[in-house]
Amino acid sequence: MTDIRAVSHQLAEALQKHSADYIEARLEESQRSHITYRGRELESAEQSTAVGGSIRALVKGGWGFVSFNDLNDLSDRIERAVKQARLVGKEESKLAPIDTVVDTVSNGKDAPLSVPLAEKKKLLDEYNEIIWRTPHLQTSVIAYADSHKKTIFINSAGSYIEQPRTDITLRISAVAAENGEVQQAGLSLGSRGDFGAIRNLHEQVEETAKHVVELLSAPQLKGGEYTVVLDPVLAGVFVHEAFGHLSEADHIYENERLRRIMVLGKKFGGRELNIVDSAAVPDLRGSYKYDDEGVAATKTYLIKEGELVGRLHSRETAAKMNEKPTGNARAINYRYPPIVRMTNTYIEPGQGSFDELIADIKEGVYAKNWFGGTTSMEMFTFSAGEAYMIRNGRLAEALRPVVLTGNVFITLNNIDAIGGDLDMNQGGGCGKGGQYPLPVSNGSPHIRIRKCLLGGS
Amino acid sequence: MERILAQAKKLAEEAEVFLVSAEETPVHFEANRLKHIQGKQSTSVALRIIRDGRLGYATATDVADAQGLVDNAVETAKFGTKAKFELPPTTPYPEVDTFDPDVESIAVKKMAQLGEELIALITEHTPEIVCEAVVEKATFTLRIINSRGGQASYKKSVFTMGVVGNLTRGTDMLFVGEGQSSCHPLTDVGEIAKVVLRQLDLAKNQASAPTKQMPVVFTPEGVASALISPLMAAFNGKTVLEGASPIGNKLGEQVFDAKLSLTDDPKIAYRPHSRPCDDEGVPSQSTPLIEKGVVSSFLYDLQTAALAKTKSTGSASRGGGLPIPSPSTLVIAPGQSTFDDMVSDIKEGLVIEQLMGAEQGNILGGDFSGNVLLGYKVESGKIVGRVKNTMVSGNVYKLLKEINAIGSQPKWVGGVINTPPIYCPRLSVASK
Repeated sequence: MTDIRAVSHQLAEALQKHSADYIEARLEESQRSHITYRGRELESAEQSTAVGGSIRALVKGGWGFVSFNDLNDLSDRIERAVKQARLVGKEESKLAPIDTVVDTVSNGKDAPLSVPLAEKKKLLDEYNEIIWRTPHLQTSVIAYADSHKKTIFINSAGSYIEQPRTDITLRISAVAAENGEVQQAGLSLGSRGDFGAIRNLHEQVEETAKHVVELLSAPQLKGGEYTVVLDPVLAGVFVHEAFGHLSEADHIYENERLRRIMVLGKKFGGRELNIVDSAAVPDLRGSYKYDDEGVAATKTYLIKEGELVGRLHSRETAAKMNEKPTGNARAINYRYPPIVRMTNTYIEPGQGSFDELIADIKEGVYAKNWFGGTTSMEMFTFSAGEAYMIRNGRLAEALRPVVLTGNVFITLNNIDAIGGDLDMNQGGGCGKGGQYPLPVSNGSPHIRIRKCLLGGS
Repeated sequence: MERILAQAKKLAEEAEVFLVSAEETPVHFEANRLKHIQGKQSTSVALRIIRDGRLGYATATDVADAQGLVDNAVETAKFGTKAKFELPPTTPYPEVDTFDPDVESIAVKKMAQLGEELIALITEHTPEIVCEAVVEKATFTLRIINSRGGQASYKKSVFTMGVVGNLTRGTDMLFVGEGQSSCHPLTDVGEIAKVVLRQLDLAKNQASAPTKQMPVVFTPEGVASALISPLMAAFNGKTVLEGASPIGNKLGEQVFDAKLSLTDDPKIAYRPHSRPCDDEGVPSQSTPLIEKGVVSSFLYDLQTAALAKTKSTGSASRGGGLPIPSPSTLVIAPGQSTFDDMVSDIKEGLVIEQLMGAEQGNILGGDFSGNVLLGYKVESGKIVGRVKNTMVSGNVYKLLKEINAIGSQPKWVGGVINTPPIYCPRLSVASK
């Protein structure tokens, strides 16, 4: 494979010769493997390698960007990026100042590379075996993927950052069918490089398979407003969709009206509500030392005691809002420019157990696990993989999966209890601006929300 | 490519090399202004082999590293699934126009100007709106060769123009938008602006929806955002083969209303998903999926077709991995009623333009449920305003079993789905 380190030295020199206000380059080499099962059989095993890079230039506030996996003629590509930026730029370039960094981040755990394909397959075989022991099962899908990449970041200020990243995902979904009715249930896990995180899931896999068969006879919820309790996984998706995206400053910085709404100090929830985004927490899927603009990772409080206290920034959004950069500019790979993204987003734990949260609910819904979530900033929806009625303070019958919706300016205020059992969901991938899936994690303790709108019959 | 094929043939019974190169140039606008111009070059080569009867697969961006690619494919073939198909030999392909050289030659400056004009038309109408827009040109070159002598290649040009506007009032946000794409350059910004202005006019007032079952008109965008993904999961030959499709054993049966006909057609000239052959080199064909409510075919690639003991429908597509069956361009046949006829028929109901989160539920079972991101309340035959905090839930099989009317005027949604509006008698609505 091409040695990107050698290419980066040539590039660093070439960057100096160009007359942009700011210019940066990223180089990346990666290896991936995928194993997929459909039904009883392994369906595909694949391996891929990729090498590529990109150059981003800023001239008078306008950006030019080129990406390529042909590493020849790099000075032409730099020229093109600068030319494009010049065509756009009509004002003053603004970037929050950062330290120049020269750092080679050491390789952390890279277990999946050292685990032979045969061993990965053996583990997945065990899981598939468990799924297929369940009666009435129609089919199943298991999708395992791991990727290892090395990135080099350089900029015209003299930064040179080399970082490795290993990412593992495992998605298992089981499908049951009877009389033309089809139901599905799933499990979604991930890890920042530790293959051990997906071993020993045998019990969870068995529960998932049993649950999907149960769903065939489960009733559908009647649509309407309910008091809901979310488990840490689903509450994590909720905090990501309901609030995380709105705290990304690129939505706000050039929208006058939104800036007025999202003013620091605005009250969003009760005093017990604290929401954090932090890439600096080690070993989660959203963790890193430097973002894709070479800014060191930070821990950022978005909401403290119910009030808006911070937001996520790139260098540009921070400069334009006169705030500090938070190191949240990320790109899924070299083919895209970095944009403002979440990393590891969570609600800080309060007190109280699950039993206490449901104790005084006469009729409500316990929603667990996730299918997905999406947001338009004000409105958001997210869907539960599992749902149960709560009656007179106790868990009752299982329901068909439910979709929940809310309004960020109302729903966060309706959180009236936060448990003490913080847990992080590592199975998600975030999509924004055509860049999907970005490794993130999100989490929360169990939370209770009053007056939450659920779809149903 | 030939070198990769030759090297693979030394170690495998069959081999196929698939190469795609792309040049993409998106021009981005943020907050009503030109913000970012990009240029993306990419090449990717995929090698699929059959070795000891098993499939191996590897991809790389470095076309020169033939040995690395072959080694990776050989390693995966140890575990790969048993290949049940034969690669297609030399075959004649239908003539399908997918390339217009005018796309390549349109200047970036001109694209920037188009975006500016589009945004100007919208901000003239509603000065407080904040728009994001993309104008993009792209050209793709595809080539497939295999060890049975099969070979196919074609070029494609795609031009895309889209805009999303956000109107914030207090904490209320309204999102409007429209996007089109074609293999020809798009230059009629007025056409796109017109759709957005109409949305803004209809959404001017707010209205509230009650929690109950109501008749609903899905606009073409509404059809695409709510109904297409559960249907496509069910028509995928793989889902059918596994017995996980609710219509898998209903071939030839009347499952939907007789007014509904749906075709997958990769041969329509100058559509972004059109192609002379699929990603395995199987000639393109038009495949009727629903004919007058009757389930008439499913979508297959070579392997799935072989397992199901049928023929490929030329529906293989690759998203970086092994080919899987997927639709190209979907066309729902128009009916008799105008959109206005449908609305005027409704005493109390909804018009749904955009559903958010519809694809998150039990799609395989046909369920969809989502927040009405853009939709209008109808009272006594008239649209009275935009609804908010409203959720709808349904099941495509129940919903499309009985349809009141299908519109007479189809529209391209995103350039790849052609559908008229669909008027359904009842859907569950939950609202705050």
